[in-house]
Amino acid sequence: MMQEGLDDGPDFLSEEDRGPRAVNVDLQTDATLQVDISDALSERDKVKFTVHTKSTLPNFKQNEFSVVRQHEEFIWLHDSFVESEEYAGYIIPPAPPRPDFDASREKLQKLGEGEGSMTKEEFTKMKQELEAEYLAIFKKTVAMHEVFLCRVAAHPVLRKDLNFHVFLEYNQDLSVRGKNKKEKLEDFFKNVVKSADGVLVAGVKDVDDFFEHEKTFLLEYHNRVKDSSAKSDRMIRSHKSAADDINRIASTLYTLGTQDSTDLCKFFLKVSELFEKTRKIEARVAADEDLKLADLLKYYLRESQAAKDLLYRRGRALVDYENANKALDKARAKNKDVLQAETTQQVCCQKFEKISESAKQELIDFKTRRVAAFRKNLVELAELELKHAKGNLQLLQSCLGVLKGDT
Amino acid sequence: MSEERDPAALEAEDDLFVSAMESPEAARLSAEDISPSSNGPKAEPVLLDDDPDDPDDLFAEIDEDEEESRDTFDIQISVSDPEKVGDGMNAYMVYKVLTKTSLSIFSRDEVCVKRRFSDFLGLHSKLASKYMHMGYIVPPAPEKSIVGMTKVKVGKEDLSSVEFVEKRRSALERYLLRTVKHPALLKDPDVLQFLESSELPRAVSTQALSGAGILRMVNKAADAVNKMTIKMNESDAWFEEKQQQFDNLDVQLRKLHASVESLVCHRRELSVNTASFAKSAAMLGNSEDHTALSRALSQLAEVEEKIDQLHQDQACADFYLISELLGDYVRLITAVKGVFDQRMKTWAKCQDAQVMLQRKREAEAKLQHANKPDKLQQAKDEIREWEGKVQQGERDFEQISKNIRREVGRFEKDRVKDFRVVIIKYLESLVHTQQQLIKYWEAFLPEAKAIA
Repeated sequence: MMQEGLDDGPDFLSEEDRGPRAVNVDLQTDATLQVDISDALSERDKVKFTVHTKSTLPNFKQNEFSVVRQHEEFIWLHDSFVESEEYAGYIIPPAPPRPDFDASREKLQKLGEGEGSMTKEEFTKMKQELEAEYLAIFKKTVAMHEVFLCRVAAHPVLRKDLNFHVFLEYNQDLSVRGKNKKEKLEDFFKNVVKSADGVLVAGVKDVDDFFEHEKTFLLEYHNRVKDSSAKSDRMIRSHKSAADDINRIASTLYTLGTQDSTDLCKFFLKVSELFEKTRKIEARVAADEDLKLADLLKYYLRESQAAKDLLYRRGRALVDYENANKALDKARAKNKDVLQAETTQQVCCQKFEKISESAKQELIDFKTRRVAAFRKNLVELAELELKHAKGNLQLLQSCLGVLKGDT
Repeated sequence: MSEERDPAALEAEDDLFVSAMESPEAARLSAEDISPSSNGPKAEPVLLDDDPDDPDDLFAEIDEDEEESRDTFDIQISVSDPEKVGDGMNAYMVYKVLTKTSLSIFSRDEVCVKRRFSDFLGLHSKLASKYMHMGYIVPPAPEKSIVGMTKVKVGKEDLSSVEFVEKRRSALERYLLRTVKHPALLKDPDVLQFLESSELPRAVSTQALSGAGILRMVNKAADAVNKMTIKMNESDAWFEEKQQQFDNLDVQLRKLHASVESLVCHRRELSVNTASFAKSAAMLGNSEDHTALSRALSQLAEVEEKIDQLHQDQACADFYLISELLGDYVRLITAVKGVFDQRMKTWAKCQDAQVMLQRKREAEAKLQHANKPDKLQQAKDEIREWEGKVQQGERDFEQISKNIRREVGRFEKDRVKDFRVVIIKYLESLVHTQQQLIKYWEAFLPEAKAIA
């Protein structure tokens, strides 16, 4: 199977900036803690990420170091944040999705099987395209894992987390096996309970206007982003299919050009050449739309879910607080276990207030990040679309000039 | 097969036609042009003859003359206004065929008639039976479509049946234009009748399941079998080369056609998905609570909506310009291959005649020593008969070979012109699309930058 080192890919780092490739997030990075993924290796069924840290913090033994991590270890870190009561009042940066090369691998395999049925040129061409596709998926998964780490590193509280430091520094395998069947089942039930709960909690009207508004907003926004994300994916897939068709057309025109006995042979060859070039541009348009639009929407789908989770936790804490109040009133009325009820009520109150305070800031930051990310990506999207359209136009016009001149 | 002709038989034709061609009003049919010919069809095609020993010369002269006749080629045909007549399964579409011309073979400058699809098929059938065996490339008629037509008959006014009718209308127009572009077919009385006369006898034999239709199918099968069994001694490299070229062209054009059809399909899909995304983006913009971002998202939705329309228009251009042209040429090349097959058949006939002649000669030789005077006389008569047939066969083969060379030359010229024109038009449509894209994104960019 393909072994892909990042350094081998010609395109990879040239187009995106070096350093934190925080594509979808606009982060203030400071010198005290900088994290990035400097290298990655794709093996048969796993991807190995080299996590590189530069830090002036006293917590680390050195100022600069690297470790190798796999996807499961990222998930372990994410889950440890989610499960910690300490961080209940924060938006937990969404976990990166699992690297998925299955589709790409399948295509490469099919290509290998069908090698006999096509010409050498066609085979080489298709192989190059599939390899480019593989590389693109690879780049994306690296970017998404990196963004997760950068978000954690940029968060004033999460960056201090011990597990995070272990993740960054411990240069041996963390031995976090993936969850076994039982644990996965437990997770499933937890989620079911949570969503039922979520409905319950969401129904409770909030006294605080800010949170009430946020609740309504996030519920609707999340659904809309989900829809837009799916539709943008479909649109981009059609675009890729059309580019593939143009590729085949270019090949056939080339054959026609070499076989034709009339003046058309030059004509066909020129047009074939043109379509080869415009096809590459169309493929790039689809790829850029994928990066700047589809990925953006996917990311905010996950982030808005994380924000909803925060609201849920606050709502849960509120319900607990209100229940503790009722319990206290009851205890006072019966004059039984009043002290215990008071303590419980105090704890609940503190928990709720702590969450509320940090949640408010988190949600405000979420909005700021979201607006900045959309701005950056929409501007870049428009600029790239323009660049490609102008490139296409120039190719078409120059070819037309030649063809018309020949007549 | 010898390249020599019987000079006596053709000299008369030679003079007649060369002089006719030299006059600038070559397209006009005057009385002198029509001369009875023993082996030609009922209507006289305009044959161009020249020095057969130098094939290159042949084309040079023809090109010039044809160029001239093309400059005076003044005829416009449009097929329009499809109208449904009747209803249920007996319904049919009627098209208006409008001919505008200054050519004198037409009785009026402007003629308008109503024709239905089977009329077109009938015309093609007549032209094919008259001219194909002589090596003329008769443009094929558009294909029948039971599925497409049934929808129309049943009265579905949906998008696909509207598209089907438009596709057919356009195809019928192209068919007529190609037919009249052929200098011989233009003058054919069936063509003139088709374009001019208000009433046309119904072409029933074009129906697939009619007696004639079944006969056609049987003949086609027989032809296919014969083709496999005829092994022609090709002494003319030109024909062998051309056949190979047309076979290659056939393969590639079919491949190209399939890819273009796929492109049309995907572009239409892209258009639909873009529209869907646009709506979704508008909804997202509505729910976004940051004002500037909300506005930018709505703008994005508008841009995508315009782009979806652009994709749709481009898909149309893909289809009507390129895909239909390729489809036409795939069918035309089948007609060209048919004409080559006719030549093979003619050769086979000639060979058969020679074999017969040989047999008759052998029979006569035997009878020489049999002392049966009347049988001998009969044998001698038969020999003369078959000698005549052999000569005729050789002449036919000469003629068809010559016709094919000329036809292929004309066909290739047309092909070059058609493809050039269409591809340039297509590229211009692509240019327009890119220019529009630039316009839309340039308008959007400041909106995106304005998000604060």
